[in-house]
Amino acid sequence: MSSVPSAHPLSLNPGEYPPGRRLQRSELAWALAFLAPYLVVFAAFVVYPVGHGLWIARDPALYAELFADQRYLRTVVNTVLFVGLGVNLMMFAAVLLSGLFVRREWWVRALLAVYLTCWALPAVPAFVSFHWMLIGEQGLVNGLLRELFGVEGPIWFNDRWLALGCNIIAYVWKWMPFWTVVFVAGRMAIPQEIYEAAAVDGATGARRFLHVVFPILANLYLVCTLLATLWTVGDFNTTYLVSIGAPARSSEVLATLGFHYAFDAAQPALGIAATMSALPILVPVALVLMRRLQAGGVQL
Amino acid sequence: MSVAVADVHASREGATVSPLSAARGRQARRIRRWKAVGAGGIAVLLLIWTLVPLYNIFMVSLESKGDVFTNTIWPDQPSLGSFWIVITEGYWYLEHFWEQFANSVYIGVGTVFFTLAIGSLASFAIGRMRVRYGWLLSNAALMTYVIPASFLAIPFYRIMQIYGLTDNLWSVIAAEVTFATPYAIFIFHQYGVSIPIELDEAARIDGASPGQVYWKIYLPLMAPALVAVGTYALLLAWNEYLYQFLLLSSKESMSVPVALAQFFNSDEAPWNYMMATAIVYSIPPVAIYYAFRRRMSAGLTMGGVKG
Repeated sequence: MSSVPSAHPLSLNPGEYPPGRRLQRSELAWALAFLAPYLVVFAAFVVYPVGHGLWIARDPALYAELFADQRYLRTVVNTVLFVGLGVNLMMFAAVLLSGLFVRREWWVRALLAVYLTCWALPAVPAFVSFHWMLIGEQGLVNGLLRELFGVEGPIWFNDRWLALGCNIIAYVWKWMPFWTVVFVAGRMAIPQEIYEAAAVDGATGARRFLHVVFPILANLYLVCTLLATLWTVGDFNTTYLVSIGAPARSSEVLATLGFHYAFDAAQPALGIAATMSALPILVPVALVLMRRLQAGGVQL
Repeated sequence: MSVAVADVHASREGATVSPLSAARGRQARRIRRWKAVGAGGIAVLLLIWTLVPLYNIFMVSLESKGDVFTNTIWPDQPSLGSFWIVITEGYWYLEHFWEQFANSVYIGVGTVFFTLAIGSLASFAIGRMRVRYGWLLSNAALMTYVIPASFLAIPFYRIMQIYGLTDNLWSVIAAEVTFATPYAIFIFHQYGVSIPIELDEAARIDGASPGQVYWKIYLPLMAPALVAVGTYALLLAWNEYLYQFLLLSSKESMSVPVALAQFFNSDEAPWNYMMATAIVYSIPPVAIYYAFRRRMSAGLTMGGVKG
């Protein structure tokens, strides 16, 4: 902040990288030794598999085959819906709920502890529970509908759109608490004076959220949405365990379709091609995310 | 509370002065009441939303028979029998339950240890020793997340065959460490910025080697970040299913989630045993979460978020 040239070159904003420097030989040896384990991991388990995958899926004919496959096109639609609806509903609900959880009453804190159990619960038990809860007449959801409202619920996994909806709900259930906590921390970092100033100017309630809170959180919201998009595109567990692709593989997403091509249909190259076909979307998202992370100084 | 009281006084005084501010006070009170009702309503809905799937796990696990469901809201004869079956491995799907549980623990502990070790060493070299082009490596590491882990599963599986590591717990640990370490480096780096570099410099002048600085200064000061990232890595390993499913095939080397999903293959699905298994498997992460709750949410968000 001061105009004096910084005496401490390392008083950086978080997320900013220090300028590199030329190390003395003995130091360089230490630094390389420290970096070596990660370099080995990166080469053996990131560079090699990615390269190998791209190599296997290099044939353009594979992509022609994919686009001719009705199942692939349906899966792309499902993936877009799963990610588009899932991520946006989740993030919007999370940012609204974070407003509840900044309150300091004891019952709010107790509620937060219960709410976060969804996140601490491992994915497989959680999604297996969703599967069983929604399965036909025997499931808890239809049982509740019958007992409480006298309504006969649908057979959830018999319809593509219902099955997809169930997957989205299950996904949001599992991961919304995590993002809520991130937004709670974001709101906590807003200085109280800003609220007071806004209150003096007459901005309260919905107006305060729209004109004060949201603009401050906007960068964080964008970064989290991009990150959640990357994670959700790659989500395998939800679809694999909740709807199991039912009915007749019509609620698959790319991650599970690639898996089925590779391991059930014994066409690994086609499976890799199916997943790699998402790269033209993923790479720009990742690039914007990296820029935002560095420019905005957002801390996760 | 005190605010509300003060407000009541203010509006009373206002009533004697001008009717306008009295009306405003009434309005403010009404708004506050509606806000409290709204918060309560949202809280109740959220509680139902959270608890229904959890309740479902318990309900099914308390069924005394696996396949017959006479009443779908509460079991007719609730019993803890299925937990006993799980603990004593009394069903053929659960023969190796404790072995599989040990495998899960092994994978979790291995993932935590190697993620912390590799991540902290790399972030020390990049952030503290300020090695040239360190930022490049750190960014390259983050690019790992461009391709989701599940998309890499097929090539990863093939490469593990080449390395001769199929049906080996180490192949799973390698996969989990690969996907946890970039996040670890990122968090360690951000946290490390808050530790004054002068500490390192002073130690170096006193003759400490970089190894000693790492061990005696960096690691102890990084303890909160280590706890947060360690918990993250453990939960990652405990949540992960696809790689464990692909890379572990024999009953003896399987982890619990793989064994759990195997129930889907069975025709005579004993769902009550499955849910009891799920509950036993969920106890460690939930317990750890409640034990480390304060530190974890602080660590997850690393002391606040700057917009």
